[in-house]
Amino acid sequence: MGRRQRDQDRERLFTRRALLLGAAQACLFGGLGARLYYLQVIEAEKYATLAEDNRMNMRLLVPPRGRILDRFGEVLATSRLNYRVVLVREQAPNVEATIDAIARLITVGEADRRRVLRDVRRKRAFVPVMVREDLSWEEVARLEVNAPDLPGVSIDVGQSRLYPHTEAVGHILGYVGIVSEVDLKSGTGDPLLELPDFRIGKNGVEKIHDQALRGVAGASQIEVNAVGRVIRELNRDDGRPGRDVELTIDIHLQAFVRERVGEESTAAVVMDCRNGEILSLVSAPAFDPNMFSAGLKASDWEELQAHPKTPLTNKAVSGQYAPGSTFKMVTALAALEAGVITANQTIHCPGHYELGERRFHCWKYKGGHGAMNMAEALMQSCDVFFYEIARRIGIDKISDMAQRLGIGSLLGIELPGERSGLAPTRAWYQRRRAASWPQGETVNAAIGQGMILATPLQLATMTARLASGLAISPHLTRTIGGRVPLDRAHAAPPSLGINPQHLALVQRGMAMVTNEQRGTGYKARITEPGLEMAGKSGTAQVRIISKAERDTGVKKNEDLPWRFRDHALFVGFAPLVNPRFACAVVVEHGGGGSSVAGPMVRDILLETQKRDALKRVAGCLTCGGEHRG
Amino acid sequence: MSFGLNRHELSLGQKLWQVNWGIVLILTALACIGFAMLYSAAGGAMEPWAQRQMLRFALGFCIMIVVAVIDIRFWMRWAYVLYAGTLVMLVAVELQGRVGMGAQRWLDFGFVQLQPSELMKIMLVLVLAKHFHSIPLERMGRISAWGPPALLLAVPVALVAKQPDLGTSLMLIMGSAAVAFAAGMRWWKFALAIIGAAAAAPVAWNFLRDYQKERILTFMDPSRDPLGAGYHITQSKIALGSGGLTGKGFLLGTQSHLNFLPEKQTDFIYTMFAEEFGMVGAMTLLALYALLILYGFAIALRASTQFGRLVAVGIVTHLFLSVFINCAMVMGMIPAKGVPLPMISYGGSSMLVTMLGFGLLMMVWVHRDTQFSRGGLQDSD
Repeated sequence: MGRRQRDQDRERLFTRRALLLGAAQACLFGGLGARLYYLQVIEAEKYATLAEDNRMNMRLLVPPRGRILDRFGEVLATSRLNYRVVLVREQAPNVEATIDAIARLITVGEADRRRVLRDVRRKRAFVPVMVREDLSWEEVARLEVNAPDLPGVSIDVGQSRLYPHTEAVGHILGYVGIVSEVDLKSGTGDPLLELPDFRIGKNGVEKIHDQALRGVAGASQIEVNAVGRVIRELNRDDGRPGRDVELTIDIHLQAFVRERVGEESTAAVVMDCRNGEILSLVSAPAFDPNMFSAGLKASDWEELQAHPKTPLTNKAVSGQYAPGSTFKMVTALAALEAGVITANQTIHCPGHYELGERRFHCWKYKGGHGAMNMAEALMQSCDVFFYEIARRIGIDKISDMAQRLGIGSLLGIELPGERSGLAPTRAWYQRRRAASWPQGETVNAAIGQGMILATPLQLATMTARLASGLAISPHLTRTIGGRVPLDRAHAAPPSLGINPQHLALVQRGMAMVTNEQRGTGYKARITEPGLEMAGKSGTAQVRIISKAERDTGVKKNEDLPWRFRDHALFVGFAPLVNPRFACAVVVEHGGGGSSVAGPMVRDILLETQKRDALKRVAGCLTCGGEHRG
Repeated sequence: MSFGLNRHELSLGQKLWQVNWGIVLILTALACIGFAMLYSAAGGAMEPWAQRQMLRFALGFCIMIVVAVIDIRFWMRWAYVLYAGTLVMLVAVELQGRVGMGAQRWLDFGFVQLQPSELMKIMLVLVLAKHFHSIPLERMGRISAWGPPALLLAVPVALVAKQPDLGTSLMLIMGSAAVAFAAGMRWWKFALAIIGAAAAAPVAWNFLRDYQKERILTFMDPSRDPLGAGYHITQSKIALGSGGLTGKGFLLGTQSHLNFLPEKQTDFIYTMFAEEFGMVGAMTLLALYALLILYGFAIALRASTQFGRLVAVGIVTHLFLSVFINCAMVMGMIPAKGVPLPMISYGGSSMLVTMLGFGLLMMVWVHRDTQFSRGGLQDSD
């Protein structure tokens, strides 16, 4: 074979194989083209969406939280601007040196310093790290002036909740706190809840009206890069700021009441008899809600928790007490409405009352009261009179009247933790204990002992309903965002449907309590003409007085340990003609109702009426003292 | 003694006239696309990439023309020396890494950092072409025909794999295989090699570095590591797909400009181009490469010496491999590996070596009619 021939063979083989290689490469290129078609035409839409998802980010704009105002527009809760100094690592060449520079201008604690250094390491370089908050104006100014020497340092404004009246309204306002897991789950999916710095109402009005106060989150659509840095804003929706909530509270009266009840474990409620507006609601001792907005220290929290007089509990709505003799109006009205007694019929009080084997004592067990009619029995708080009429009507009628006057079920006040009290019936007892109602309990219930339980709010409501004859519901909210809430059934409260003569009789009896010399509350009377009050004292036994003790002489309250002392109660309304205001005070383990609680109710009702008169003079006559400002 | 027509020696002017200016035009167009994309990758700025790439192109252009007019017999004669020199550089890189500068793949020549492994692709093609040029067809089965090439291949592959750069060592093997195939190596030898490789794969798996295993596993299932290695491929596919038919427009690719796309100036530059110019642009770019490859095969078929033919096939196959592997990688068809897109990706080695390769391709064209013996010296046997 010639060399030429061999070369030609080789060239032919090469040509074949080169063409094969070329064909293979063309096929593979075709594969690339097909893949491009698949990605860029068939799947294009899907990937376009993914690309948009990548670059778009929604940033929530936190709406300013609404304020809480008193009935005259005075601010009870507001969002204070909180000036903070923040540091951005990527703009600060040397973080430690920068913190030193800041510390030369304002105080930076050692703990703050450690936290900053830790956060700076953890967070991304462009995320601002808070160095110190709550800067004063002077501090802000000092930092601003030195800004050129502080690279990466800036002043940032946040919100923090401020309660100018501190603990006087603590229980009503509640407080705000960090969103918990439970809040997140029970929430309506509001994206605001997921913000790390967000605060929601945790108690009181802050909690009940949280939705209105919170407002609606705005959103800013931003373009971000792969590490999350904001490139620019694409779209913006400002959201809606939180609404202001105006309460029925008169903050100055509230402060007065808070001052008056002192540090004993006390609850006091002042209500407008005609419409159920709560002018003041106090539970003592109280807490300062500002402590919570700043972030409560563990030691403070433990102290509040462990306090024997439970400052965290709002006793005005959550405390349940045997109403004692303040319940006698209920028994009286139930008997009058049942027709088992009239205004002039009398019952003899020998100092005790026999029922079967048992003997029930009148508080005046030595000698008794003698013959009593209804008004006198109320005035002197004769127990035997009420034992007898209660036996005549039975427990169910008493309970029914208690419910009509507001005791034994929830009143729907705009506060968390409200409790229902208890007005037992035969059926309830049967269900609960699987036994028939013991007669003796009816006798106990007649004077508000035994099973009967009422909250201070219920006692105030009862008094207001007695004074006005209207089925008012207690409430705290006047307006939300300038408008009366839609669910306000209290605008024109219906009549209780109780015979006005019966009401008048009970009112007269109450008036005699504080205005007749023999009345149990005479010492607590109001002497200013035209402002006189009617009232009723009550002393709720915490322990059972044994017969042996009664024989040897009942121990004086002051001799007992605090927790065994009687609760002191007093309810009252004023003025006597066309009553305007009702008030109830319960002093836990305070002793005698007329001696401890009575003077408080007197001072509170007097102040309430004086303030009302002042407002009328200052405001206009026609609007009944509800003039704003 | 000589047979066939020996074209008389060409003058420099004639050679320059013969240079295939069509190829030069396509290469320049590709480079310009590269400049535009580097300008875009920098957020619309010449710095830091576009300007430097232009300088490299200018340098590469000169090298390419010079290479093209150097006589084919020179290349044939010096092939082993050039190969040996490149091998020395590979060893130097290896030693440099040992001496304590950490793992490096390049030698720093000041103006350019050269990767000897890239250069080795070309040099391997040259020595294999020279070797097979001297083997007549009837001797292709002997060990003297396939033994030396196997050795010539094995040494650099081992060195490159040790760097470790698995991608480039595989490309060295595939490019050499193409040359051997075109030279007439028997089918069954390739089949045997593939079977042997498949059998050795499980053993080789144990020698892979963890990050290499990771790449392969991630390719099999990108979702297994959505924020790590799989993230790159996923984001690249999003960028490609969202480009759609006509693209988002120059400088307007969101994926690339907001940094969702990794290494957009090097390995993922094709993705960026496809995002901004859509399928129309991406196909046009592929067509330009296809045209270059077509030119390469045409030159191979037209060349009158086996050396020239094999050099041409080797050069275009390497171009094809780079383009295909890069594109297939960014489209999520094969595991992610650091293969740049020739002429477009930012990087000195890749551009200079590509242009050196095309210089050789044009050299084959210019000397397509030059005849010489198996030894490479004119008129000798």
